[in-house]
Amino acid sequence: MDITVKVNGIEYRENVPANMTLLQLLKDRLQLTGTKEGCGIGECGACTVIMDGKGVVSCLILAVEADRSEIRTIEGEARGEDLSEIQRAFIEYGGTQCGFCTPGMIMSARELLERNPNPSREEIAEAISGNLCRCTGYEPIIHAIEAVARKKG
Amino acid sequence: MIETKSEYTYVGKGYPRKDGVEKVTGTAVFTHDLVIQGMLHAKTLMSPYAYARIKSIDTEEAERIPGVRAVVTGKELNYKVGLYVLDKDILAKDYARYQGEPVAAVAADSELIAEEACSRIKVEWEVLDPVLDPREALEPGAPLVHPDLENYGYMKGVFSPRAKTNIPHHQKVRKGNVEEGFKKADLTVKNSFYNPPVQHVPIETHVSIAQAQPDGKAMIWTSAQSPYTVRNLFSVCFGIPHENIRVKVPYVGGGFGGKAGIHLEPLCYVLSKKSGGRPVKLAMTREEEFNTMPSRQGLYSEFKTGVTRDGKITALQVKYYWDAGAYADYGVNIGRAAAYSGAGPYEVDNCKIDSYVVYTNKVFGTAYRGFGHLELLWGVERNMDIIARKLGMDPVDFRMKNVLLPGAATITGEKITEHTGRVDKCLEAVAMEIKWSGCKSEEKRKEEKRAGKVRVRGKGIALLHKAPAMPSSTSTAVILKFNENGSLDLMTSLIDYGQGTYTALSQIAAEELKMPVEKINIPWDSDTSLTPYDWQTVASKGAFLSGNATIIAARDCIKQIKETASRVLRCSAEDLVCENERVYVRHKPDEYLEYKDLAYGYVYPNGNAIGGPIIGRGRYMAQGLTNLDPETGQGLPALNWTYGAHAIEIEVDIETGEIEILKIASSFDVGQVLNKDLMRGQIIGGVIQGLGSAVSEEFRFSKEGRFLNPTLVDYKILTSKDIPHEMTQHVVETSQEDGPYGARGVAEHPMLSVPSALGNALYDALGIDYFRLPLNSERVYFGIKSGKKEFHD
Ligand code: FES
Ligand code: FES
Repeated sequence: MDITVKVNGIEYRENVPANMTLLQLLKDRLQLTGTKEGCGIGECGACTVIMDGKGVVSCLILAVEADRSEIRTIEGEARGEDLSEIQRAFIEYGGTQCGFCTPGMIMSARELLERNPNPSREEIAEAISGNLCRCTGYEPIIHAIEAVARKKG
Repeated sequence: MIETKSEYTYVGKGYPRKDGVEKVTGTAVFTHDLVIQGMLHAKTLMSPYAYARIKSIDTEEAERIPGVRAVVTGKELNYKVGLYVLDKDILAKDYARYQGEPVAAVAADSELIAEEACSRIKVEWEVLDPVLDPREALEPGAPLVHPDLENYGYMKGVFSPRAKTNIPHHQKVRKGNVEEGFKKADLTVKNSFYNPPVQHVPIETHVSIAQAQPDGKAMIWTSAQSPYTVRNLFSVCFGIPHENIRVKVPYVGGGFGGKAGIHLEPLCYVLSKKSGGRPVKLAMTREEEFNTMPSRQGLYSEFKTGVTRDGKITALQVKYYWDAGAYADYGVNIGRAAAYSGAGPYEVDNCKIDSYVVYTNKVFGTAYRGFGHLELLWGVERNMDIIARKLGMDPVDFRMKNVLLPGAATITGEKITEHTGRVDKCLEAVAMEIKWSGCKSEEKRKEEKRAGKVRVRGKGIALLHKAPAMPSSTSTAVILKFNENGSLDLMTSLIDYGQGTYTALSQIAAEELKMPVEKINIPWDSDTSLTPYDWQTVASKGAFLSGNATIIAARDCIKQIKETASRVLRCSAEDLVCENERVYVRHKPDEYLEYKDLAYGYVYPNGNAIGGPIIGRGRYMAQGLTNLDPETGQGLPALNWTYGAHAIEIEVDIETGEIEILKIASSFDVGQVLNKDLMRGQIIGGVIQGLGSAVSEEFRFSKEGRFLNPTLVDYKILTSKDIPHEMTQHVVETSQEDGPYGARGVAEHPMLSVPSALGNALYDALGIDYFRLPLNSERVYFGIKSGKKEFHD
């Protein structure tokens, strides 16, 4: 099937098999390997991207469902060497250790802050509760997101 | 915030991790992300039975599927793999010994084709009765998981597999005379405890790529903690000389011990060989990760303790039964470590410990952050609280009476000195932090009940200790090479998969060389053909051994810098001082050379040149460790001991059994903080992982040995919504004499006594003793419902 998707502002026309997931499209076809796979069945959040403004787990979305949509991935978060505030806060507050959950975690944080620029601690915890992290214990990630919100607010 | 008394320029400060930018931008490349030209994808067929004989395997149909490039079964593979006992085949041969064990594998053009091919492989099984409980596996007549145990190779002098049993290792510790000790006791207390097997759950599952090259060399890319150990075990397995094996490790997405040894690499290699040398990638799905990859062993522990009325332990007898699962892997060494650590951080003059590692038909166990200590401390520290209560003593006072202090000796005869670390100070710190004022009285609990209180509070404390469990000959090396601008590359094969060790090593190098941390670069991909030897990234020994090697390498650089500079500045090397990336004669700081002037050799104005590239070499080997006496366990097994304590405050809903964690306070004697921010991150991450073991994680098996919860929905690791309201971190800094700047490791320790502190807090809240983990709301609820004071289910 032929689809057209915009990923981080760039338009791609691709012919994809019906069973290809958005995650496979991004990683295998477009070689945007920043998005990670931790389970492939919607249980870990490592593959989170933003699709038409909403956070989704890309392993559960078919590539054909993404036809004509706008996708944002971790590769679109920084402007060249200029890191986003979320990215800088993740480094400053210790929001990344092994780094495998980090791209998905940052996309969830991005989606939250666009939807709700002033989230409470509970709202932050809720927003990233679908993103599993085995390293950080979450608290540093919550602090990082709080710090970004505070700066903006 | 961690308060450190550090007075160094770089060491101790909170530098952000050096790999931060790559990780937050998604540019860090993990093995999962790697594609090698011509690469095939592999899948395995797993045994659906816990124990079964393979009567025949028919692969014909699978081989005919277009796109299939290689199919292998165990029969054609005459290799044994194993860390300490050579008990494992690359694919199950005549018997499958756990549900999930790979019995055949396919390499194909795509994962989908490989999966389809696997489903077409026909296996004829003879299903056998599995043995699932390690205590039953010890009984005479129990099915033998490895009937040929006596024919396997193993590490002599350290382990002792016993023929015609399910015991690959039995570690003894004998000190003093327990019988006499019990005679001196006013009170003897018996308790037994249980921990289920759990898993590491790294968010990046196990994944490897291997290529059998036409010149006989093997290339391996793998998500592993220990490239040199992978290389060595690979060499032992296939008989390929070490120099012909190259193991590369890119970024690793979590390990926690689960990636410490060798796992998928040999299978990828045989598939590559059979497919004519194409690189083959095998990545575990989450379900395969649970079913096939190793777990943390389960443990049954039995304690008999003698104490005097005033609270002094006179005798301790412990039996540990480790549920090793189908293969020994690291399990035998965990059984060994558990024996010499098995009394907890206490002085016990009369001690008898038997630690049995026992094969069963379950997924095999391996190292997991803490190496057996979380499991044994669940027993040790719950036991201490129960005894204190029986004595009518405050559990803090009872511990204080028995803790190891300078002048005392461990149960293997190691002397505790002024430099060893102070568990009493950690205990004091956490008790203060949660405002410990003694246990809740039975009266108070009754009163709460009468008042119809639904939510009740409790506090609990537990101590911990752990030393690196490693061979007496463990060593490492670091190479520092200067670049032309005076910056530095630090080369090591220790893997930093998030602990922050590389950043800490940069700080150490910066401190020694008097140059900014920012100018020190550590390449993240290790490569056994390029980066120098390191035994393994395990055991919280990285910062200690590699830190010392870094110091030695830095001093080697300084020697070379001064040697060349002394000729240029016409002085003796002893008169030179290094400061601010410069070298100068002590009393003439204005006449200096910059490091960059010397990095590749000094060039005189007329073109003459001296010196040459500056490359520092540092190596460090653990000093003075010995094997343990096989009969008494006496010896020096420990590089260093890190002590610590946790205190927890909780609120329990007695109608649902749900526990709300209000606060967890932690304290460790780390010797010297190397990076206070990254250390804090390690502590929080470890505490939450420990809390997972405490409240939710467990493998559940059917009575046939089928693994019932191999998904992240049914096997729950904690989420952002499950963390305590408050966590505090405190450190004691009793300088470790041989540690780098006095430091000792603290990577595993933050999770070790979280379950025991929680169990103690639960008693405080409810007046019920729980003996099994995890303390999920179901168990807590049924405990309350049972109306008993002791809940053993
Ligand atoms: S990979 Fe998509 S949720 Fe885990
Ligand atoms: S940083 Fe490792 S899983 Fe989150």
